Amino acid sequence: MQITLNGEPREVAEGTRMAELVETLSLTGQRFAVEVNAELVPRSRFAEHQLSPNDKVEIIQAVGGG
Amino acid sequence: MSTENQSHDRLIIAGKEYGSRLLVGTGKYKDMDETARAIGASGAEIVTIAVRRTNLGQNPGEPNILDVLSPERYTILPNTAGCYDAETAVRTCRLARELLDGHNLVKLEVLGDEKTLFPDVMATLKAAEELVKDGFDVMVYTNDDPIVARELEAIGCIAVMPLAAPIGSGLGIRNPLNILTIVENAKVPVLVDAGVGTASDAAEAMELGCDGVLMNTAIAAAKDPVLMASAMRKGIEAGREAFLAGRMPAKRFASASSPIEGLFF
Repeated sequence: MQITLNGEPREVAEGTRMAELVETLSLTGQRFAVEVNAELVPRSRFAEHQLSPNDKVEIIQAVGGG
Repeated sequence: MSTENQSHDRLIIAGKEYGSRLLVGTGKYKDMDETARAIGASGAEIVTIAVRRTNLGQNPGEPNILDVLSPERYTILPNTAGCYDAETAVRTCRLARELLDGHNLVKLEVLGDEKTLFPDVMATLKAAEELVKDGFDVMVYTNDDPIVARELEAIGCIAVMPLAAPIGSGLGIRNPLNILTIVENAKVPVLVDAGVGTASDAAEAMELGCDGVLMNTAIAAAKDPVLMASAMRKGIEAGREAFLAGRMPAKRFASASSPIEGLFF
């Protein structure tokens, strides 16, 4: 199925869970936060949160700014 | 004020005490090394960061700002820079809180226009209300408008941060009397956020009675950012001490400093 990840289309397996996506992206252990369709998905729910087709996933980090 | 008392002159933000009244941004530096050196020289204890899409392997090995400025050493103040509506500002704050393990302190800014980067005051009020309800400690960027500042305080913002001049303009304090009125009315800390250009601007803000100053470009865009960071630190300290000391009244005509009595000619 297709999702939108940080604004780019991306193919993931049906029923992919957030924890699996994070692992695929080699983000495990890094500081980031995730929202799906403009709703925050806390880290504590990564293992259970299942992605749906056309989900808009945003993964964010801290950057320099004023 | 004695030196002993000065060490007790602390800035209190959300119940935490700080020795430095200079808050700095982390953008526009040449690299992470310059960022760290300038912020070290500024003496700042609160640093603001932005929240953006993460690096998904486009720039492998790129250091993260939080590796350079660790949340153990600095109070990290995530901002909503780049948000033009209340909804995205609130979303950004929720992401930042998750990113920083439940840390509630945020700098809210909802911009109204790309040319001026002036705040959208209506959207700022709306976002502030929602964030306060959601348990955030909100430091809010706003116009130099005393009425809006009063409203933001009434909503429950923990600090009000009027601009000195447009963000990144370096124009200095355009409306010192409004800043003064905001300071006089407020029961929460008032910090000038944005628009200072050099150390005397920072000192002026402090002389007006502001509790602190937040700046980014004035340091990062100086020819020597590390030296300017040090100058800003001193400007803030000098301005604060002058405010506490209470300046002499300005007079139109001269008043001799040497005694008239005892003149021998």
